Amino acid sequence: MKDLRLERDVQTETNKIEARKVQVYYGTNHALKDVDVDILDKTVTAFIGPSGCGKSTFLRCLNRMNDTVASAKVQGAITLDGEDIYDARVDPVQLRAKIGMVFQKPNPFPKSIYDNVAYGPKIHGLTRTKAELDEVVEACLRKAALWNEVKDRLQSPGTGLSGGQQQRLCIARAIATSPEVLLMDEPCSALDPIATAQVEELIDELRSQFSVVIVTHSMQQAARVSQRTAFFHLGNLVEYGETGAIFTNPKDPRTESYITGRIG
Amino acid sequence: MSLGLLFLTVLALAALAYAIGRRRAMATVGGDLRKLHSLPTFYGWITALWVLVPVFFVAILWLFGEGFVIHNSALTHIDPADVPADSSVNLMMADVTRLAEGLSVLAAKGSDVAALEQDIDGLKIALGEAGVAMGNDPTPSMIAAAEAVRGTAAWSRIGLTVVSLALALAGFVWGYRRISPEFRARNATERVSLGLLIVASLIAVLTTVGIVFSLLANTVHFFRIYPATTFFFSATWDPKFGGGSTLGILPLVWGTLYVSAISLVVAVPIGLFSAIYLAEYASRRVRGIVKPLIEVLAGIPTIVYGLFALITVGPLLRDWIAMPMGFGNSSSTVMTAGLVMGIMIIPFVSSLSDDIINAVPQSLRDGSLGLGATPSETIRQVVIPAALPGIVGAILLAASRAIGETMIVVLGAGAAAKLSLNPFEAMTTVTVKIVSQLTGDTEFASPETLVAFALGLTLFTFTLALNVVALVIVRKYREQYE
Repeated sequence: MKDLRLERDVQTETNKIEARKVQVYYGTNHALKDVDVDILDKTVTAFIGPSGCGKSTFLRCLNRMNDTVASAKVQGAITLDGEDIYDARVDPVQLRAKIGMVFQKPNPFPKSIYDNVAYGPKIHGLTRTKAELDEVVEACLRKAALWNEVKDRLQSPGTGLSGGQQQRLCIARAIATSPEVLLMDEPCSALDPIATAQVEELIDELRSQFSVVIVTHSMQQAARVSQRTAFFHLGNLVEYGETGAIFTNPKDPRTESYITGRIG
Repeated sequence: MSLGLLFLTVLALAALAYAIGRRRAMATVGGDLRKLHSLPTFYGWITALWVLVPVFFVAILWLFGEGFVIHNSALTHIDPADVPADSSVNLMMADVTRLAEGLSVLAAKGSDVAALEQDIDGLKIALGEAGVAMGNDPTPSMIAAAEAVRGTAAWSRIGLTVVSLALALAGFVWGYRRISPEFRARNATERVSLGLLIVASLIAVLTTVGIVFSLLANTVHFFRIYPATTFFFSATWDPKFGGGSTLGILPLVWGTLYVSAISLVVAVPIGLFSAIYLAEYASRRVRGIVKPLIEVLAGIPTIVYGLFALITVGPLLRDWIAMPMGFGNSSSTVMTAGLVMGIMIIPFVSSLSDDIINAVPQSLRDGSLGLGATPSETIRQVVIPAALPGIVGAILLAASRAIGETMIVVLGAGAAAKLSLNPFEAMTTVTVKIVSQLTGDTEFASPETLVAFALGLTLFTFTLALNVVALVIVRKYREQYE
């Protein structure tokens, strides 16, 4: 019994991503200071904090999207499954296929719904035949809870969908490359409550397949969807732990002020 | 009063009206601005506009009408028998106008004009000394006509002055009486600026219509005296001075299309690739240097490009490609003109495409990069498709530029109309032939000259069709992607 439990604990508590002493500079602006975070496998981790606190910046470090910003400089160590992602041997392009990303504003490509989802599999050569690709597209649209709404118009443009549908299309597009981690940068901020509920439900389902990191402004959302929560403030990681513990029994007075609405 | 002085007077009146209107508005509310509907300056403006606008329109109509009246008053003095056989009434009227101007100059110098008019030889010498050149010697009837011109013009000017000043005053009184705290001066001024905007856009549209009609009239004239089937379907372009020419447009259209096609083959890849480099890869510093340099190409006069084609590119192509490979031995070739023209239109493609690629939202790039696409995949599969409508627009703009180009063709490709597939042969385009037909020595009413208008209209239809196609493409993609 004891062995079994131990084994299960190890499985769910595997660190997928480990970040140590991460510093980010935008030019001379020190945007992120000494951040240590362990992202667990098959877990939803929420980053909360007031605007400009560095949570999106940190998220973009995890798949090296900050490389595309010329003035950004990242220091410290971030490992994925024990391998340093900032190592010179790591191709950021390959890395981003493993760590998918969904953005704040739905950004479907100016292509058909089908081509939007097929984009990743096509550039990475994940499928060999058209039939296989069809299967992947359908599976991803089903996982993103969009299939029933779009199955009759796969060839119509993705930009013609509603905001909530566009965001789910972007999620389908992101999971089509079969990532190991899915980063979501305020994925619901442009959506209405119904679409938000759909996306949150989706996030919970996705947890069974990979770890999800979500940046959010809504503390209720963090409480609803995440198992772990990290609170950022002014570029510092203030507190990180069990979501329930953060919201009911925060250790740091700043966290308490934020979740009770006194700052932020 | 001279026109300039009248203009300044009305302007001064308007300035005065502005000041008075402003003060009046303040006075109606006893200096309490909150009771006024609009700021005092708007009351000033609208009063000034009441002075200016009616005078402006009436003056324009008056000056148009004046020309007709003066012309007719002079015509009554000219005896048709006086008109020389090799001249026309219109030519004679030009002399009358010059004579009238000359007389005015002499009068201004203090000469005794009435005495001079009796002495034609003396008049000629006096005019010569005053620097007025005459086509024919003045005759008594011309002098009478010139006097009529001067008289009518003087009276017309006096009338214009009186009418303008009266109108300005009336406008001022009308505007002044309308000032009250409730009067919506702000909205009224805005309506005037709206009118100004409408007039501006109408001018552009009306000019286009005017161009079409001026071409159309002469083209109709051309087709009355020349068979349309020959013009449109004959493969020979052979104008003869003595008449009996064959004026087939096909070789010219072929030359135009051939040269334009070559220039686009040069300009589209170079322009598009440099735009992609500048927009997506180049650092801010490189972009800041390279982009203006490319745009310099657009500022070089086409005649300079023509010289470049004539003395450098043409001989180079002949000596290194055409002669060794047996394509021909002419340095004026379609290839020369096409290459040089292609370089000329690079900035049209690159500069516009660069702006359009920059306008593609960064979120699309992030989305693609976030999926593990390389920058190049992102550009090919996301950025370019998103920018395509604009890029097509840029290319078509460059194409219409190429189709209308003349100087480079004259110097680069020569003036021989030919239907041939060999790019190393001399050919020519529609625009070149328009110039050569209009500047020839043939009579204006002959088909050899009038054909220029038919060519011009064909070219116009051509570029119009190109623009319509561009619009359709742009609209189709916009519907799909926005």
